[in-house]
Formats: sequence, C-alpha cells, structure tokens
Amino acid sequence: MMNFDYVRPASVADAIAAGSEKGASYLASGTNLLDLMKGGVSRPSRLVDVTRLPGLDRIEHLADGSLRIGALVRNADLAHDADFARNYPAVAEALLSGASAQLRNAATVGGNLMQRTRCAYFYDAGSACNRRWPGAGCDALKGENRLHAVLGWSEGCIATHPSDFCVPLVAFDAVVEIEGKSGRRELPLEALHCLPGDAPERETALERGDLIVALRLPAAAKNFAGHARYVKVRERTSYAFAVVSAAASLRIEDGRIREARLALGGVAAKPWRAREAEQVLTGAAPDVAVYREAARAALAEAKPSGDNAFKIELAQRIMVRALTLAARGTPDRIPALPGSPFSSVAGA
Amino acid sequence: MTVELSLTRDPAHIRHGSNIGQPMTRTDGVLKVTGKARYAADNHPAGMVYAVIATSCIARGRVTSLDVAAAKRHPGVIDVMTPAHKPQLAEDPDAKGNPFAFRMELLQSDEVRYANQAIAVVIAETLEAATEGAALLSPRYQVEIARVGLDAGEAYAPPVVGIGNPAEVRHGDIDAGMAAASKLTDATYETPAQYHNAMEPHAIVAVWDGDRLFIDTPSQGMGFAQMRVAGLFGIPPANIHINSPFLGGGFGSKGLISGPQVLGIMAAKLIGRPVKLVLRRSQMYGPVGHRPPTRQRIRIGTDDAGVLAVINHEARVTTSSFDDFYEPAADASHTLYASPAIRTAHEAVRVDTGTPLFMRAPGEATGSIVLESAIDEAAFACGIDPLEFRLKNYAEVEPTTGKPFSSKALRQCYAKAAECFGWAGRPLQPRQMRDENGFLVGWGMGTATFPAIMFQGNARAVIRADGKGVMETGAHDMGQGAWTALAQISADSLGLDFDQLTFRSGSSDLPDAGIAGGSGHTATVGAAIHNAGAAVIAKLAELATSDERSPLFGAGNAGVVARAGRLHRRDDDTRSESYAEILARAGLAEVDATGSGAADAAAQSQYAMHAHGAVFAEVKVDPELGQIRATRMVGAFAAGRIINPLLVESQLRGGMIWGLSFALHEEAVMDKRSGRILNANLAEYHVPVNADVPPMEVITVDEHDPHVNPLGIKGVGEIGITGSAGAVANAVFHATGIRVRNFPIKIEEIVMGLG
Ligand SMILES: Cc1cc2nc3c(=O)[nH]c(=O)nc-3n(C[C@H](O)[C@H](O)[C@H](O)COP(=O)(O)OP(=O)(O)OC[C@H]3O[C@@H](n4cnc5c(N)ncnc54)[C@H](O)[C@@H]3O)c2cc1C
Ligand code: SF4
Repeated sequence: MMNFDYVRPASVADAIAAGSEKGASYLASGTNLLDLMKGGVSRPSRLVDVTRLPGLDRIEHLADGSLRIGALVRNADLAHDADFARNYPAVAEALLSGASAQLRNAATVGGNLMQRTRCAYFYDAGSACNRRWPGAGCDALKGENRLHAVLGWSEGCIATHPSDFCVPLVAFDAVVEIEGKSGRRELPLEALHCLPGDAPERETALERGDLIVALRLPAAAKNFAGHARYVKVRERTSYAFAVVSAAASLRIEDGRIREARLALGGVAAKPWRAREAEQVLTGAAPDVAVYREAARAALAEAKPSGDNAFKIELAQRIMVRALTLAARGTPDRIPALPGSPFSSVAGA
Repeated sequence: MTVELSLTRDPAHIRHGSNIGQPMTRTDGVLKVTGKARYAADNHPAGMVYAVIATSCIARGRVTSLDVAAAKRHPGVIDVMTPAHKPQLAEDPDAKGNPFAFRMELLQSDEVRYANQAIAVVIAETLEAATEGAALLSPRYQVEIARVGLDAGEAYAPPVVGIGNPAEVRHGDIDAGMAAASKLTDATYETPAQYHNAMEPHAIVAVWDGDRLFIDTPSQGMGFAQMRVAGLFGIPPANIHINSPFLGGGFGSKGLISGPQVLGIMAAKLIGRPVKLVLRRSQMYGPVGHRPPTRQRIRIGTDDAGVLAVINHEARVTTSSFDDFYEPAADASHTLYASPAIRTAHEAVRVDTGTPLFMRAPGEATGSIVLESAIDEAAFACGIDPLEFRLKNYAEVEPTTGKPFSSKALRQCYAKAAECFGWAGRPLQPRQMRDENGFLVGWGMGTATFPAIMFQGNARAVIRADGKGVMETGAHDMGQGAWTALAQISADSLGLDFDQLTFRSGSSDLPDAGIAGGSGHTATVGAAIHNAGAAVIAKLAELATSDERSPLFGAGNAGVVARAGRLHRRDDDTRSESYAEILARAGLAEVDATGSGAADAAAQSQYAMHAHGAVFAEVKVDPELGQIRATRMVGAFAAGRIINPLLVESQLRGGMIWGLSFALHEEAVMDKRSGRILNANLAEYHVPVNADVPPMEVITVDEHDPHVNPLGIKGVGEIGITGSAGAVANAVFHATGIRVRNFPIKIEEIVMGLG
C-alpha cells in the first residue's frame, strides 16, 4: 500500500508542529484530499488528522457582533444552524447548493475553503498541469475548457476555485484565522486564494504548517440578511459544481441601495469580489437597468480562456438575477432547491 | 397462409394469470436492502488475494518499460503479470470466432490501443498493496498521436452494423421521394460517447481447481462467458462454473465477459490462488464497451400537407482501431413512419478507444433522439402539430419490409399519453408558454420503439413428491427483477401458488438461459419456463389420466387443467387430484421436464415485431440563465403482456430517466489530443440526480400479441429511453425556439441562443 504516516495531534500546537514537516498535509474530512490521493495527484508522506482538535467545532457570537466559525464545523451543521441561516441566509443557501447531502455532512469549513480546483487536467495525473508540476505546462489551455476561468487567469493556469461557500463569504469580508509556526494571524478571505499569475502552483497564501482555525464574519454582514441571495447555474440540480454563480446582498433604505455586496463563483481561481459593481449600485434605486450596468462593470475585464465566452455573458445575467432576487427580499425559508434558478418556484 | 402460433398453441392444461400480471414486489428485495444479497465482489474464498490492473494513460503506442522490480519490492506484492510473464492461453484473444467474440487485451503484447487499457496486473495480499504496486510500475511509453473523434480519419462503409444488420438499407425510390417533397428538413445532429456506468463495477473472484474453474462475476450471459473462457483456457465449457445471482446493473456492459474479468482468471492461474479483481470506476471507461459518438444527417421530405415522401438517415459512428462494432444508429428509421422511400446508411471512423458495444438501446437510443427531433422539425416546417404529424404518417405495416405488425397499439399509446399529459391546445409556435414565475415552458413528444427480440434459452421443471415445484434456469437478474418475474411465470406454468415454488437461477450449472439483452430475456426465458412447465404437467396428466384409480382417468391430456397444485377435470371441476397424490400412487419421487424458448422463424418471417410507446415531456427554461428543468414526463407503452406491472413500470421509468439524461446531461468528455477521458468518475460524468427527475406517469397499454412468443411478451428493458430523449429535446425547442443539435443540450447553447 502507499505508506504514509498518520498522526492525530491532540492540540493545535502539536498539529502545527506535525503539519510543518515536509510532505505533511492536513486531513479534515478528506472528501477532497482522499480523492486526490487515490488518483495519485496528492501523495503526502504524512497526514495530520485535525478532526479531533479541541475547540475548533464551535460557532461563537463575539462581543463585537461578529461570528466566529471553527474550522471543523461541518458544512451541513453550519447551514442548518437556525441563527446562522437567519443572519447569513446567502451563505447558508450557498452551502446547501454545494455537493450532496452526504458530502456536506462530512465536509468541514476549513476543508471547503482549501479545496482544490476541479480542473479535469489537474485530477488526471497523466496530463500536464502547472499546478501539480510547476513548469509542466497547462493542458487545459488548449483542451476541454468550457468551464474554465474568464477572470484573473494567466497562460499558466486557467482553473477556477470551485467553492460555493466562499462566494458569499468573500462578499461579506470574511476573515480567516490562521495558526502557524510564527503564531496567529488573520487574513481577509479575499487574500487567501491566489490568482495564478506566473506561479500557478501557489494556490493560497498559506505557508507550510499554516492551519486555518476559524472563519470570522464581521458584524456588518448581518445587515444584509433581508436582501441576500445566492444563485448557481449548474449542469444538474444537485451534486454539481457551479458553471457560474453569484452572491448578491443589498442594504436597502428608503428605496435606495445603501450598500451592496457582490461576488461571483466559477469565474476565477478565487471567489471573485465584484467591487466595481458594488460601486455602481451604491446609492442607486434598485432597478434592473442599474443591475445590468453593475454586471457589465463586474465583467469589464473578463476574457475567455478557451471555449467559454458564454460564461462572461452568463456571469452578467446571473448577477442581474441574484440582485433582482435579493432586492425582492430573502425568502422565509431556504428553498428546497438551494441556489437553483428554479428555487423561486412554488413547491420546487 | 394463416399462422397458427403462440397462444393458440398453449397447452390446454396451462392457465396463466394467477401469478403473472400481479404487482409482486421483488423476491430478492429484502436480501438487497439488508445487505444479504451477495454480489460477486462480496465473495472471499479462503486464501484469496487481490489483483489490480495497471492501465495505460496513453491512447495509442507501446509500453516500453514497466518497473516490475519496484512493484515487486513493495511489501505484500506477490507477482506482476505482464506480457512477458503470464499464463499461456489456448486461444488468441484477438481471434474472431463468432460475431459475439470481441477482441480483448489480455497482455498479448506491449501495444496500447486506448487509454485505460490494461498493461499489467499486480497481485498482492491486500488491495492496498496491489494498488500501490500498480502505481509503482511507472510505465514508459512510445506515444503515437491518438485518433480522437468523428473526424479522426477517413470514413468507410462498415460491412454490417449492430449484429449482422446491413450497413445500408434502401426502400423505395429515394430520388423520387426527394423530388416529390415540397418541404425538406435537412439537419445534422451529434450524440456523445456514453459509458454504461453500472453501479456495480465489473468484478471477478476466480478459483481454479485443477482444470476446473469457479468464478463469481456479474454476467448478463453466462453461457457466452463459459464458451469464451473455455476457448481461452482450453478447457471444456462444463468445467467452468459461473455464479452470478445478482448484478448491480449491466446495461449491456456485462453481456460479454470483458478483458479485465479474464485477466482476473489469468492472475488466479498464474499464482495458483483464488484472486479477486474489481475494476475501479475510472477503469470502466475503456475495456468494457461504450456507446460511441455519432454524427447523423437526416433528411425528411414531405408534401405541403405533411405526408412523408422520404426519410434519408445517415450516421457516422466511431469504432475502435482494432475491432468492429458499429452502432446501428440510422436503423431507428426503419420501422416508425410510413414513408414511401426510406434510406438508412452508416459510415465509420476508427479511433483510439476501446471497442464500443451494446449499451442500453444500442442504435435505437442514438438514432431515435435524432429521428424524433427531426420529425419534430419536419412537423414544425409543415406547421402541423407533432402528434398529428405522427398520426398522419402512422405506419400500418412495417415500412421497410411491408410486413404487418404482430401487434401495434401505438395509436392507443399516443392517445392515452396525450390525454394524461394534456397535450391538446399546445401552441404550434415555440416560446409561447410561460409559467406564473416567468419561466419558458415547452412541450415535446417522441415515439418510442424497440424490436421484440428472442434469443435461445432453456429451463428445467420439476414436480416433487410433496407436490411442490422447482424451476431451474440460468437466467440473469441485472436488477430488473428476473428473480421475481420469471418465478411468477414459473408458478403459473406449474399450476402452483407462488409459495409452493422453488425458483433457481443465476448459475451456469443450471440450464443455459441465453443472454439478458435486447430486452428479450423475459420473453426468451419465459417461453422456456412455460414450455418446461407445460411438459412436466403433461407428464403428470399422463400419469393420472391413464391410471384407473385416478378420478381423472380417461380425461385425456387435454381434458385436465392445472390449478394450485391439483389437476382438475375440465368437464367436471369437482373431480381433481393433487400432484402429490398422483406421484405417490405412481411411486415416483419426482417428475421433471425441460423446455426451451426461441424465436419462431415462421412467425418472424410473417410479422414485424416491435414494442411501441409515446412519451410527452414538459420542460421549463430560465429565460435569461438558460437553465433547463424537466418538470413532467408521461409515457405510455404497448409491450405485449405485462408479467409484473411494478417491475415493468420501474424498467420504463428508468428508461425514461435515461432518455432525460441523454437529452440534458450525459456525456463522456475526451481530450482531443491525448484520447483520455476527462470525466471518468460519477462526480463529473453527469446523470440526473433525484432532484432532476420530474414527476413521471408511466402507462402500459394492453396489447395482446399472439405471435411474438407463447406468452405474448415484448420486453420493456430498453424502449423507455427511445421516445424520451427526443421528447425532452423537442420540449426544449418548444420552450425556447432554439434547436440544439448537439447532445447533451448545453447551457451555452441556450444562453447564447436566447439573446
Ligand atoms: C463529488 C463532489 C462534489 C462536490 N460539489 C461541490 C459543490 O458543488 N460546491 C462546493 O463548494 N464544493 C463541492 N465539493 C467539495 C467539497 O465541498 C469539499 O470536498 C469539502 O468542502 C472539503 O472538506 P473536507 O473537510 O473534506 O476537506 P479535506 O478533503 O480533508 O481537505 C481539503 C484540503 O484542505 C486542507 N485543509 C483541510 N482543513 C484545513 C485547515 N483547517 N487548515 C488548512 N488546510 C486545511 C487539506 O489539507 C486539503 O488540502 C464537492 C466534492 C465532491 C467530492
Ligand atoms: S488550468 Fe491550472 S489546474 Fe488546470 S491544467 Fe492548467 S495549470 Fe493545471
């Protein structure tokens, strides 16, 4: 068998010590990592199982109104936490639109943030991939790439980050708490994932041994609870990654958008915060014409990386849709088809 | 000439109906839901070790080196089977003995014919060690440029398509038809490569005992497998004992034993220990067959009133570089519509893939989605409702042969399904309907058809001294419910209550039941059972009616009728005798008889035999985002006698879901440069999930067919796909006005087309 060490540290400090060794990899629920190992894409020499670390599975309301979510909280538990779903409905909807019920029951918050791209060439050990093997080349570039990036890509890598969860999170200025060899630090989620540039192998800003211990949603994120949606276009209703997705949240007062938070998924190597679009919306009356303008602004820099020009058009439309739905108001219940364009259908 | 066949031939003493026709739940259901059903890979004979296949990651070339030493050094690895180190075979795996012998890769050389081909087998004490051993082989290759896709090379006319069908069929005068047509639909469609993806991967547990071989393996055709393995290993077929009680799906991929399964047998022989070999999901994308991609040009000409003048259906398909299987896609146009001129023709291109093979409705599925879409186009061009158009061109006799149908209740299917669906009043123009949420709504329909095929099968019936019965047949339960449906037929054939019957199946030691394919298993084995039952009851009747001490004495064989374990006098029901009494008086422990089922050549030459159906679908489409959602499907099918309505509905429903999958989801994506499949897993190879499957109505229309076989069964395993794929595609057109001619329909086509 493929031999590797397996350690189950009792404390965060021990975990970091073990995780800092060369060839070590943190193992959360393994829904992504174990698949990569079975395919020969990842071959860690040591698995550091973090799932029993104490204190990382809590959802805490902090004094400053922010919410602290332990890295080991399961995706399903978070989405089904009634308080959480009420305060951050778009995040809950995004979580529930991801993967399948079984996977969400297992998957952790930290693992979801750190999941790797779903680029098929990345998973196919026989293909050239700069992420897996720096300098090897990128077989996606001239290959099957209809679902690849349209923003922030480089000739070195055109992969997208697949997480749904991260999309509303980045819109809400979520912060990642990290413990590492040199202590504790914080990073805006927006800075966690790297664009490929000329170093596609560098997927995140984490250094060797860095462990995500928690995720924080600032107090302001709650202000959008009344107007927050996540919309995801995918090739089947469940158990499929986003072709393109959008999270839209609005704070509407006196018929005006006071503040807007927007992000796109499935378009880039990171969850894509659309600040230009937010600016267009701020102060405007909620109206489809202004949504369109915002969407155009969000995709102004987009260019196809292959057979995927349609994603630029689709991203704009999905943004308009997410804004339209958000302006209409968050539904009382998370729809039975979370994130689906059909989620507004009665009985869906 | 009148043909006197089938039901009229029914032995007078058999009365079907006490068990047949009842919606019995699966006899193996409890075993399955409690995990007690033993599938092939659940077996662990003493001393068993594990074999793992190392597969090629190139699609064409040669293996130039394998690091066998590294693999062997790995703890637990016992041996590595390679072209240089393997048991001698008695027969060339590339020999073509019969039309069902397909070439397989058994390490006969270092040549690589397709990605995922076996290039070595690592045998180890544990699965993990074998898996790692396979990874350590680090193969090197001499790579040649892979031929990928429908334009990979020069097209040629294949000798035959499917199994022995002519590659080109002409009926009537095509040129005259084209000249006469005032409206012409000329459209080119493409369908993708698809893989069977049965839930249960191909698996084998092989045990040699001298020159006897015991294997547990899922099989849709144990007799064929026995013959092939016997030839390869040079042992008599009777020395091979196959156990295959349950399959976790086959869909055609387990019809013939595959190369990897034989490699498991070779591995066991090589090391002289029992071996288990199970394919990984990704390894099922290559050596076990697939549905090849097709490009189909179809021309449909009509007069202004929509009456067909010509159908010219041409298909280009791929096959492997080293063997011949040609998806008979265009043949779908032979039977459905009454056109005075019909031409179907095939051409093929060789590519570097495994050989395509039968996959649920081979030819019918690929051809019918194109035919049904093009019929929809033709109806639209004529400004005629698609149902009316189909009725206008209803085939009263089989168009290409002129034969009458043995039975054909398609009109009733159209009527019932249309009514149930609420088709009346459908606007002709697309993009006319919206729901209360603003989604575009479209309605489409398709005609379903599948031939009523029979193979050759046998059964043995026994009535024991206690009056109970046994029926034995080496039939195959792929999950479709053969254990139940065939037992129902058995019970009726023996005139017994269901619980008085022991039904034995799923082993090659039982009478050969042929192949579970072509939707012909219940018909074939059902006929064999019927005949075996009739024969054994005849023996009982003989005993009783010729014995003075029996109350049935003198009634004559035709003068008795079997019911609930007794023979009754036909003319006086009160005079009867139990099976047990008859055997006891005769001093017999049991009576037995065999029976067989096969197509009746006389009937076949006289009649065209097909099941039919009509499927209606509703889809909703998001007008901006292009996301499609099927919201309703109704299918009505006429498929002869229904043995078990529950099982039949489940088959039809499964087929309809596959049709939906064909139209909207399913596709193997291949890298055009390397020939590797990029989505060889169930996460990325999309089939509908529960949330994609709409409410479905499945209707069966009564059909009495006295010609197809003794029981009047036509088969329901495959027909469900055929009308459904087209119905969904046509509904998408009706919702959006966009005619997508590349399947599956992708979101970009809709998004960019919606404007
Ligand atoms: C079939 C399938 C479909 C899916 N569909 C979707 C989808 O539609 N949308 C979606 O968003 N996701 C989807 N997913 C992905 C799923 O969300 C991730 O696999 C899951 O969130 C990973 O969590 P985990 O706990 O299992 O992580 P693991 O697999 O254990 O780890 C993943 C990675 O994160 C690292 N890691 C884990 N925890 C930490 C930590 N605390 N600090 C630092 N690094 C860490 C690991 O080292 C590893 O590299 C799908 C997955 C599958 C298999
Ligand atoms: S797109 Fe990125 S992940 Fe995919 S093959 Fe290219 S380099 Fe690798």
